[in-house]
Amino acid sequence: MAAHNTISREEVAHMAALSRLRVNDEERELFARQFGDILGYMDVLAQVDTEHVEPLYSPVQHTAQGREDQAVNRRSRQEALNNAPEADGEYFIVPRIV
Amino acid sequence: MTEICSLSLTALAGALQKREISAAEAVQACLDRMEATEPRIAAMLHVDADGALARARQLDAAGPDPAQALWGVPVTVKDALSTRGLPTTAGSRILEGFTPIYDAFAVEKLRQAGAVLLGKANLDEFAMGSGTENSAYQKTRNPWNTAKVPGGSSGGSAASVAAGQCFASLGTDTGGSIRQPASFCGCVGLKPTYGRVSRYGLIAYGSSLDQIGPLTRSVEDCARVLAVIAGHDERDATCDPRPVDDYLAALTRADGLKGVRLGLPKEFFGKGLAPEVRAACDAALARAREQGAELVEVNLPHTDAAIATYYIIAMAEASSNLARFDGVRYGRRAPDVKNLEELYVRSRSEGFGQEVKRRIMLGAYVLSSGYYDAYYRKAAQVRRLIRDEYLAALAQCDVLCAPVSPVTAWDLGSHAADPLQAYLMDAYTLSLNLAGLPGLSLPVGLGADSHMPVGLQLIGPAFGEARLLGVGHALEQALPGIGRPAL
Repeated sequence: MAAHNTISREEVAHMAALSRLRVNDEERELFARQFGDILGYMDVLAQVDTEHVEPLYSPVQHTAQGREDQAVNRRSRQEALNNAPEADGEYFIVPRIV
Repeated sequence: MTEICSLSLTALAGALQKREISAAEAVQACLDRMEATEPRIAAMLHVDADGALARARQLDAAGPDPAQALWGVPVTVKDALSTRGLPTTAGSRILEGFTPIYDAFAVEKLRQAGAVLLGKANLDEFAMGSGTENSAYQKTRNPWNTAKVPGGSSGGSAASVAAGQCFASLGTDTGGSIRQPASFCGCVGLKPTYGRVSRYGLIAYGSSLDQIGPLTRSVEDCARVLAVIAGHDERDATCDPRPVDDYLAALTRADGLKGVRLGLPKEFFGKGLAPEVRAACDAALARAREQGAELVEVNLPHTDAAIATYYIIAMAEASSNLARFDGVRYGRRAPDVKNLEELYVRSRSEGFGQEVKRRIMLGAYVLSSGYYDAYYRKAAQVRRLIRDEYLAALAQCDVLCAPVSPVTAWDLGSHAADPLQAYLMDAYTLSLNLAGLPGLSLPVGLGADSHMPVGLQLIGPAFGEARLLGVGHALEQALPGIGRPAL
């Protein structure tokens, strides 16, 4: 693993872009320092021998059961639109795309 | 505090069934208690006084139902759980004004069991934190000492239970968020096995880590609530279909602690552990030995790597889960945006707090091209080593015992400047979520220096909740108890 004790402000900007977030100059500075510390700490993992170890992504012990492929109409359209910041009674409204 | 509010859930449920206390009286007592204590502890984000009283009167009119285990019992739930018709914010501005159209499975179960929902308890934003200081709305304070944090992220739940505002609360635990606040506030808290309680309706943080569980004032109360919320739910594919054990029967194990093998992981009693926490845990373990328990030392050699492993996985899952907050279908939308991209970016940037942004960005980073193998995949490999170590340790004993937290509740504001220092405080709780195993936090004493509660953590095999509750109950009975906060 590469040593990551320093994170540049440009890298912070890249991480923000990946996350659909905007950070101001002050936050960029702060996050660069904090991310350097945090990722530096995470380098402890490089010392663990994981050769031939299968990754464990979930502790689930059972096999998920499928259900019949039948549509279940749990919510009405009105309910689904209840919390929308903008809707026209039928659809969610977003700024014009095309 | 009124007499009603100082009862255990078990005692109250009995009195309600016998109509010695009405549901409306119980609810009113809790609402009065909230009015008296909220100005000092700020545990609740939303209190539904009218709804709770109306529900209580409805129950009283119908009369007690012995089949409803929590008939008339007032409860609170962490605001990360969806509640139909009641505001649900996850402690975030991005969900300000959001009202779910359905109940989380665990909430549905509480209601079906006759419980009365009083309101929603404060938490760290999206459950990201260990002190409830990351809530976008308010900072909850510890009922034992209001200069201290209640722990987190289920700090509102723990504070409301400890202060006698309710008889049980539901919390969620991704890396210790039930057990640690329970410990800090002197409550019992249980993180069930991954898959024991459906996550349907829980606002997800780390989906392979999150579990919902009870916070209560006794182990027996905890068993009663778990019995209600455990069980299969087809709406959560990770929810396990196996039958639910009889948790109450597990409490009446005739032998108590006699012959129980308690495993002490050497790594959890090492450097970094505050002497007052160690002393309180040692005293409880000595008492367990007097009662016939056998103490054995075990090893969890990868404990040092657990914090890094946990945060990589939790942040990766958070970055993915929180992508759904886009300002389109629900939640906050930034005004006056020119295009869709700006709508996403501004809604999220204005809606999320700083700790949430940190975790999303770091999560995106460890999943990104060029870093995925070194961070995310590597952490998943170490996760398997950690789980296998737990299984090996549990093969040598019945239950593992460790402190919940290396320290007692800290002063508000003392960890604000350094997120990494705060992450390190989760050292004893988070590996359990990586392994998916159940853990019970039991109050065992007050720290000699801080006079704040100390919790001992009992850890069992997957789906070993009955064993944890049985051993926890026996130990609770053998200890003098820590009393109640003088709030």
